Amino acid sequence: MKRIGVFLCHCGSNIAGTVDIDRLQEAVRRMPGVVYVEQNKYTCSEPGQEQIRKGIKEHRLDRVVVAACSPRMHENTFRRTVESAGLNPYLLEIANVREHCSWVHKDREEATAKAVDLVRRAVAKVVFNRPLQKARIPVEKRALVIGGGIAGIQAALDIADAGHEVWLVEKEPSIGGRMAQLDKTFPTLDCSLCILTPKMVDVAQHPNIRLLTYSQVENVGGYVGNFEVTIRKRARSVDESKCTGCGSCWAKCPHKVPSEFDLGLGQRKVIYVPFPQAVPNKPVIDREHCVYFKTGKCRVCERFCPAGAIDFTQEDELITERFGAIVAATGFDLFDHARYGEYGAGQDPDIISGLHFERLVNASGPTEGKIKRPSDGKVPRSVAFITCVGSRDDHKGISYCSRVCCMYTAKHAILLSEKVPGCRSYVFYMDMRTPGKGYEEFYKRSQEMGTQYVRGRVARIYREGDHLVVQGEDTLLGRKVLVEADMVVLATGITPRRDAGELARTLGISYDQYAFFNEAHPKLRPVETNTAGIYLAGACQGPKDIPDAVAQASGAAAKVTAMFSKDTLTADPLIATVNEAICSGCLWCKPICPYRAIDEKIITERVRGRTVSRRVATVNAGLCQGCGACTVACRDGAMNLLGFSNEQVLAEVEALCR
Amino acid sequence: MPVNEPHGAAQAAAPGGATAGARPGTAEWEPRIIGFCCNWCSYAGADLAGTSRLEYPPTVRVIRVPCSGRVNPQFIVRAFQKGADGVLVAGCHPGDCHYSTGNYFTRRRLQVARRFLEYLGIDPRRLRITWISASEGQKFADTVREMTEEVRALGPNRVMRDELWAAN
Amino acid sequence: MKYAYFPGCSLSGTAREYERSTRAVARVLGLELEEIPDWSCCGATSAHATDKLLSLALPARSLARADEMGLDVVAPCAACFNRLRTTVHAVRSDRKVRQEVEEVLGQPYAACSDAYALPDVIVNRHGLDNIVPHLKKSLGGLKVACYYGCLLVRPSAVTAFDDPEDPQTMDRLVRALGGEPVVWPAKTECCGASLSITRTRVVWQLAAQILTAAQKAGAEAIVVACPFCQSNLDMRQVQAQKWSGRRWNIPVYYFTQLLGVALGLPPGELGLESHFVDPLGVLRQKALV
Repeated sequence: MKRIGVFLCHCGSNIAGTVDIDRLQEAVRRMPGVVYVEQNKYTCSEPGQEQIRKGIKEHRLDRVVVAACSPRMHENTFRRTVESAGLNPYLLEIANVREHCSWVHKDREEATAKAVDLVRRAVAKVVFNRPLQKARIPVEKRALVIGGGIAGIQAALDIADAGHEVWLVEKEPSIGGRMAQLDKTFPTLDCSLCILTPKMVDVAQHPNIRLLTYSQVENVGGYVGNFEVTIRKRARSVDESKCTGCGSCWAKCPHKVPSEFDLGLGQRKVIYVPFPQAVPNKPVIDREHCVYFKTGKCRVCERFCPAGAIDFTQEDELITERFGAIVAATGFDLFDHARYGEYGAGQDPDIISGLHFERLVNASGPTEGKIKRPSDGKVPRSVAFITCVGSRDDHKGISYCSRVCCMYTAKHAILLSEKVPGCRSYVFYMDMRTPGKGYEEFYKRSQEMGTQYVRGRVARIYREGDHLVVQGEDTLLGRKVLVEADMVVLATGITPRRDAGELARTLGISYDQYAFFNEAHPKLRPVETNTAGIYLAGACQGPKDIPDAVAQASGAAAKVTAMFSKDTLTADPLIATVNEAICSGCLWCKPICPYRAIDEKIITERVRGRTVSRRVATVNAGLCQGCGACTVACRDGAMNLLGFSNEQVLAEVEALCR
Repeated sequence: MPVNEPHGAAQAAAPGGATAGARPGTAEWEPRIIGFCCNWCSYAGADLAGTSRLEYPPTVRVIRVPCSGRVNPQFIVRAFQKGADGVLVAGCHPGDCHYSTGNYFTRRRLQVARRFLEYLGIDPRRLRITWISASEGQKFADTVREMTEEVRALGPNRVMRDELWAAN
Repeated sequence: MKYAYFPGCSLSGTAREYERSTRAVARVLGLELEEIPDWSCCGATSAHATDKLLSLALPARSLARADEMGLDVVAPCAACFNRLRTTVHAVRSDRKVRQEVEEVLGQPYAACSDAYALPDVIVNRHGLDNIVPHLKKSLGGLKVACYYGCLLVRPSAVTAFDDPEDPQTMDRLVRALGGEPVVWPAKTECCGASLSITRTRVVWQLAAQILTAAQKAGAEAIVVACPFCQSNLDMRQVQAQKWSGRRWNIPVYYFTQLLGVALGLPPGELGLESHFVDPLGVLRQKALV
């Protein structure tokens, strides 16, 4: 028989004012297993807690029930109390007689009767409580950052500066990401690369950072503190240890293809670095387009390489390493405006995206910073900017605001009027959204520089001879407007990376309907994911401008370093557990687990003198978050949830129904 | 034992049986509702109803579960078997589940459970599945009030109480 | 392939050439069109402005017969298509509407059959692959503005016809026939259909815009899939010329007529004699007739 002690809190008059504690005490005293009942004015106060400790010692209590406020309030307090009295902290139950009883009922009779039921529930449950131990998980103090844009760079630098080893994995041949493609940044008009390249160089030179470019995460196993990650380092065809980045190879390479970095507006060689400030400043051979790989002839780069670094035989390398934490910072793709039939379906060369415009206006871009329209190289005399293309448009299946387009359009208008004086510019907008430091002022500035803002969605853009006609509506004047433009810049929105869903499944994190990664809580846990040990930074979580991406990256880094400040993690013991004796190994539980905490294992046992092996489910204590969804799916009843076991809940049900 | 005869009179008199325990046939019969509330949303919503002092009928007794997805239909059946007049399962709103997907399982499983109850002869209105967030104290109070009225109109659960079966 | 055929009233009136060319083309392509027995007017242009239930019950009467035939419905007229499609959508998505409609019809109607527009059936469902082998003539680079108007594409959630902003169905057909579909901005503008009689001036204005846009894009001809569009752009072209002071003289064909020409059918079988703007001149230039 258990020896249960029940402590009834008055909470001043909060409980005692409505519930008749004396009658409650009488009723509780007769409950099976209860050997001691006591009233306290304030159980959570130090004297109140002392009474519990005293009660445990004097009456040799092995279970404790506190009838007081919500367990969400003081469960941890009382767990520590019973622990300090030498009892396992999980041998405690709370009856919530304040929030669920005295505060919501006025009638003393009714409230008292309900309080008795609530305590009986706790008493019935606590009988089945078992002593539980917090698991200790060792932490591998090495972080993986996926994505080498500004968010990934910032996160990697912050973690590395805190003294921990970081691996930064980037898919492209160079780090820098989207920010490297931009010309100026709003609202200060800093040159984007001028502020980015020092950070890129810091990454390359940091003793704690190992940089893997042209590489991708292939597989992720393990759990918080102990991820096991396989990275595919794609064959660069250039020996990085020998290459000096002198540039002879790409100067001499005879073949050109459209440059991805310049969005097809310019060309690059087949052996190339994406942009002059690339880090690492070491080229890759684009095997798909390389003549040598296609025909077996050429090898010009090899001939001109003074370091002998060209290696046509290089193969993809698979690297497996253990990491304690992962930061996903994979960034975004641009909405493809081919989906706008009314805006030329991506067919007209003079209807370009905002990022195209960044390349056109950039001094190291394909036009060396001269704004020329792509079709015929003419300097435009009139440019129309259209915001919310692929944002806030339910007809195109995208309801969200991309957050940066209003501001980058204002920036484009300013840059245009600086570079092409006298050029007319129009901005068609739905709403101007300028929520940021100095943003509204920046927008005003673009208005003052002569840009005409027209409020209304553009209905159609079509070509009429040499120029484009933008047909829209000025909703403020209630008039249809037609604007002739030499070039139209569509402020295309931010979408998740095309392979974001795939990476999310590899990582085991959840994502929303668009494939932006989900944060653990939209307000209070914005950099964590629901999978412990995996954090988010930048636009992979949702549209973001640079300051927000950097802030989130530092936030993620802080989370990682906080985790790395301990040698082991303690895991909540309220997790699922398998009774292997009755588990039939059907593994119905496995696909239900949102944390991929359930796996199969083979056990060997002796049955009637013979040794047999069979498959059973097993729960990874590091991954399980204790939701209990698997317990219901278990057809054998082998899966149970510690702290909320089948026996406990059924005992509660019966206690409340009698 | 005729079905309309007051049952468990001895228990009604037992300490603490009082109001919600007052049993069928007596004028004071009040429905007894077992509530399963997920720890992160609905239990917190019920707490908020308390901190906001929103009064509601003392008919519901809440069992805290980590997630509405933890609620095994067996728990519900057991409640009806043991004399509950109604069962309320409350979880986070779809899409807001603390464990990402738990409440989607709840939604599907309990849809089936409801059909099963119907098959057993239990009016499916006795099982209510609802989404209550941590900020919806008012919704919790309203839900209890509505459900109390609904179950009161349905009368006591006489279908599968243990005592009935034992008596027969 | 077999469809329940809903000709609609226009096809025995102003759009007889649409009816004739549709039947002729369908015969060559092996597309079976079985006329819905005892079909009635879909109520277009007036019923839905008068009474919502009436506007659903009228098409439902014919649709219920198609259900009995067990065939999906094809309507050459864009207005009929729009009304039929709206009815199917409304009855499927709202149980109450279904009850009301059934009450009016005095018979059950479950909206089993789908309703499709003729260009959709010929180009997308029957498929260009099944058309090309039958072609006898090439349009010889004839520059064609494909005009869809509003009824085929709007509201897109109901009509589910192509990209509502930049439909390509007829453009693809024209290209397959050896013509050159022009890129032009007015393909889904409204021609003012239902105001053709009551406020003709509006139609002149709208037609003038559409015809000008086609002309600027270099179109030698316009193809349509709607009797309203055809009559407003063809019959009203002279009036619109007078009103606007511009000259276009662009022939306006039903897409089935140009398809018929490419299939080698004689002009008489395609009703090419009954247009206002001379339809044969352009075709003679390309030695198609």
